[in-house]
Amino acid sequence: MSPLALAGVLVLSLAAIAYLARGRVGRVVLAPTAVLVLVLAVWQLATSYYASNTNPSPMQTASALWEIVASDQLWRHSAASLFRVTWGFVLAALTGIPLGLWVGWNMRGFEALNPLIQGLRPISPIAWIPFAILWFGIGDGAGVFLIFYASFFPITVGTMAAVRNISLVHQRSAQNFGLHGLELFRRVVFPAALPQIITSLRIALGVAWLVIVAAEMVGMDSGLGYLINDARNMGKRYDLVAATMLLIGAIGIVLDYLVRKLETFDEVRWGYVNR
Amino acid sequence: MSQHETKVLFEGISKSFKKRDEELQVLDSIDLAVAEGEFVCLLGPSGCGKSTLLNIAGGFERPDQGRVTIDGDEVDGPNARRVFVFQEYGIFPWASVWDNVCLGLRKLPKAEQARIAQATIELVGLEGFEKAYPMELSGGMKQRVEVARALAVAPDVIFMDEPFGALDSLTRLTMRAELIRIWKASKPTILFVTHDVDESIQLADRVVVLSGRPGTIADIVPIELSHPRDQSGPEYGAIKRRLFDALGVTEVA
Repeated sequence: MSPLALAGVLVLSLAAIAYLARGRVGRVVLAPTAVLVLVLAVWQLATSYYASNTNPSPMQTASALWEIVASDQLWRHSAASLFRVTWGFVLAALTGIPLGLWVGWNMRGFEALNPLIQGLRPISPIAWIPFAILWFGIGDGAGVFLIFYASFFPITVGTMAAVRNISLVHQRSAQNFGLHGLELFRRVVFPAALPQIITSLRIALGVAWLVIVAAEMVGMDSGLGYLINDARNMGKRYDLVAATMLLIGAIGIVLDYLVRKLETFDEVRWGYVNR
Repeated sequence: MSQHETKVLFEGISKSFKKRDEELQVLDSIDLAVAEGEFVCLLGPSGCGKSTLLNIAGGFERPDQGRVTIDGDEVDGPNARRVFVFQEYGIFPWASVWDNVCLGLRKLPKAEQARIAQATIELVGLEGFEKAYPMELSGGMKQRVEVARALAVAPDVIFMDEPFGALDSLTRLTMRAELIRIWKASKPTILFVTHDVDESIQLADRVVVLSGRPGTIADIVPIELSHPRDQSGPEYGAIKRRLFDALGVTEVA
């Protein structure tokens, strides 16, 4: 097996190098596929060389993945993680965007709140787990709180920075045409900041998805993070651990894709050119 | 200029900025009267304070001394009846051409908005692009949108701060001719800042030449040629020489 795999690795790396030099299809489809196959081959090679039930091979991982999919575990644990992320994220967006808009636009609000925001920002959401469990118990409440905390700062700070970057000509145009109050926010401040707000939502959702897994591993009794811990503790099922990791990655990609869809609207596309 | 009724009056305008503990005077006692419906170019080298003078008239900056009055009322802030056209595209990239042009009309009934917006868009030659977003337009077309946004509110005064500065030279020529056509149609008072001598001769009723820092008025040159102005004529050449003299540039090809 191992000489065969080694041969496969060599052939594939040569193929990948060859494809890299070709046209667009080669660059965006074939070359990435070749790299993926190469990684799988190295994985296969390594696990057959150091064979052990704590080193699941790609095939073992695939069958564990099937096991999760076939049982109700996939649905139950993904739903638990997604539920916490969705609510924490939505609450953070609903509070962080208005706060960021207001603080970004008001010099005084900015000066008053910025030190607090910058001071809390470097504290890892994971560090809040003891208090989160104390306040909300083991369960969805603590998860939603942690995700809210994890996404709130990227969203607020990103929105704040976006507002402070609004160009002088747009501010002056707004002044010139007599916009003020809510109308100023609706017609100028919010749309001008929106491209960067969407970027900060993307960052926040990425962070949220990282945090929920860690939080569920430490202090929750359901979710994909819990599933990883459970698989390891109950009979060292490292194939299930690896399968769950792949699942977490796949869901993360889908979440990012959904937020990126927002970047294609006419109202914000201007913000992503020449950057 | 049949009636010399004063529209914009600058009285003893001085302004300085602080730059690292250094007081930098950019304008020194500027007095100038601009008549109703007049097209005045403020011409000067960069850094002479011509944009600052325009920003003061537009209400975006306050003078240290002196005051600007429009129709006898002191300017104390921006006003929707006096519209600024910026060099770096003040139109909103997140809104369509139509919505940009409607910005100053937002308090009117929808039907009225549509009538004025349509007419203004036609006046600047943008029909067919109502639904386009600024990023889909060329620099010249973006500047037409901005001019349309200004014209839609039927302003008394239009302040233009090197509005064609970012355009290529051919587009700039077309835009000047278009601006004269539009100005003749509704006769707003226009204050136009430029550092381009030819631009000022092609556009203005009067060219106000500002000297280098601190900016003072070096010369005021009336241009009585009819539009379109013949650049090869002897009067044109004489005016050009006078403007270069006032700017302190002696060698001209």
